Amino acid sequence: MEIKEIREREQSGDWSVELSGVKLDNPVIPASGCFGFGYGMAEYYDINILGSISFKGTTLHPRFGNPLPRVAECEAGMINSVGLQNPGIEKVISEELPKMRAAFRKPIIANISGFAIDEYVECCRQIDKEDQVEIIELNVSCPNVHGGGMSFGTQPESVAEVVKAVKKVITKPLYVKLTPNVTDIVSIAKAAVEAGADGLCLINTMLGMRIDLKTGKPIIANVMGGFSGPAIFPVALRMVWQVSHAVDVPIIGCGGVSTADDVKEMLLAGATAVEVGAANLRDPYACKRIIEDLYKKS
Amino acid sequence: MNNYRNIETIYTVKTNEPLTHKTWRMRLSGDTSELTSAGQFVNLRIDGKYLRRPISVSDYSEGELTLLYDVVGAGTKAMSEMKPGTQINTLTGLGNGFNENIATERPVLLGGGIGCAPLLNLARKLQKRGIEPTVILGFNTSADVAMKEDFREIGIEAVVCTVDGTEGVKGFVTDAIKALPFLPDYFYACGPTPMLRAVCLGLDFPGEVSLESRMGCGFGACMCCSIETKDSAKRICKDGPVFTKDELIWK
Repeated sequence: MEIKEIREREQSGDWSVELSGVKLDNPVIPASGCFGFGYGMAEYYDINILGSISFKGTTLHPRFGNPLPRVAECEAGMINSVGLQNPGIEKVISEELPKMRAAFRKPIIANISGFAIDEYVECCRQIDKEDQVEIIELNVSCPNVHGGGMSFGTQPESVAEVVKAVKKVITKPLYVKLTPNVTDIVSIAKAAVEAGADGLCLINTMLGMRIDLKTGKPIIANVMGGFSGPAIFPVALRMVWQVSHAVDVPIIGCGGVSTADDVKEMLLAGATAVEVGAANLRDPYACKRIIEDLYKKS
Repeated sequence: MNNYRNIETIYTVKTNEPLTHKTWRMRLSGDTSELTSAGQFVNLRIDGKYLRRPISVSDYSEGELTLLYDVVGAGTKAMSEMKPGTQINTLTGLGNGFNENIATERPVLLGGGIGCAPLLNLARKLQKRGIEPTVILGFNTSADVAMKEDFREIGIEAVVCTVDGTEGVKGFVTDAIKALPFLPDYFYACGPTPMLRAVCLGLDFPGEVSLESRMGCGFGACMCCSIETKDSAKRICKDGPVFTKDELIWK
């Protein structure tokens, strides 16, 4: 998006965007893992103001996730190592999605993760059949799980392999959420698109850690975790810019977005829509504020 | 139609003073209408810190609440430097709180260290029901002892115990229970995890405990404070912090 279009939209108040034919009222989407399945947040405001919701990362089998502590404070951000806690695809479809649909009428993005290609494939095959799930977002980048998503997202070959396998069993647009913990994000992005990805989401969290000065030991039980929050915004913006100049699919920009101005910067960098993560945890009304500010005439 | 909960509010510091070498008491004024039961907590935004700091509410009434906190890190250090008049962006009315309406005639309230804090409002709530709870406050040493006076003000002479025996009963709250002249029929406990474990595994009458954890959000969104219970995975911040003895798993 050019600055001229941003100005026009500020005037018209039309912030609707389109991701692979899926129309969103506005580009603001709570990021996976920061909003559950939406209905819990519906206690605090009308979540139907959101463009979409990327639901809590779901795997084939139920997962409790990592031991506590799973979170650590950082300058301008936080580290989390939840470890993909979720009830598994079966219960997500039978219990979580009905509750989500009751609270949220807009397009849903299904965030799917896995530890083997056949797990991704089976999970995506099942979620693809669900009404209101309009986009499948493949998490190939979660840095939290030993031997997990990380290995897929850090090699162009393995990203391509999982994308090809999933594309064979789904009908809905497939977006791949990329990890920033790589040498060259453009080569990974290109591999995903060449393998058939309909769009990309970037970035996931950056691998980080903190050490407790009292004990001399890592604060996070799993030692390392995903660093997110405003501190990573410039990195995310840079990667969105690089990738958007190298591929020709829609991009969902993600990483440290906290304000309406951040949203506009992301759109200027080449994103079509934007995911908001850590900001929701600091302020349950973050997305509501961002959207209200977006529609405010300057 | 607007039935949404507004859990974000601004509290103003009225007083903020040390009770011991590490424990501080902060009295705040503001809208407390989201607080519905003893044992709930608030999540304070502190300048320069990204994550909020979850602090349990020691006592509250209309327009006023009291927090007790130990200065243990940079966040609570910053809290201790807040002057009267300081405004704090706060998420309030968080967590389930204690079950104030449980059928009990002789409840015992067990506090360990800073975990004694939420027992004050709970004791007042029980008194309103005509129940006089027994209160046991456990600390490491006499220099740490706090809140005795707060309970005295509401007519409760709390039993104090210290691990090193420098004040009150020597030992843990579980030792002090054994010394009671009667058998309680229910316990409410809040304190460090080893104490709660000892209480849950050692007492053969029913009860409930308030757990603590490092938290991300404090309102159920991030799963950073999940525990496995006999039923399912639960979030300490949203499904808790209070859980019954029966639902917890101690490994």
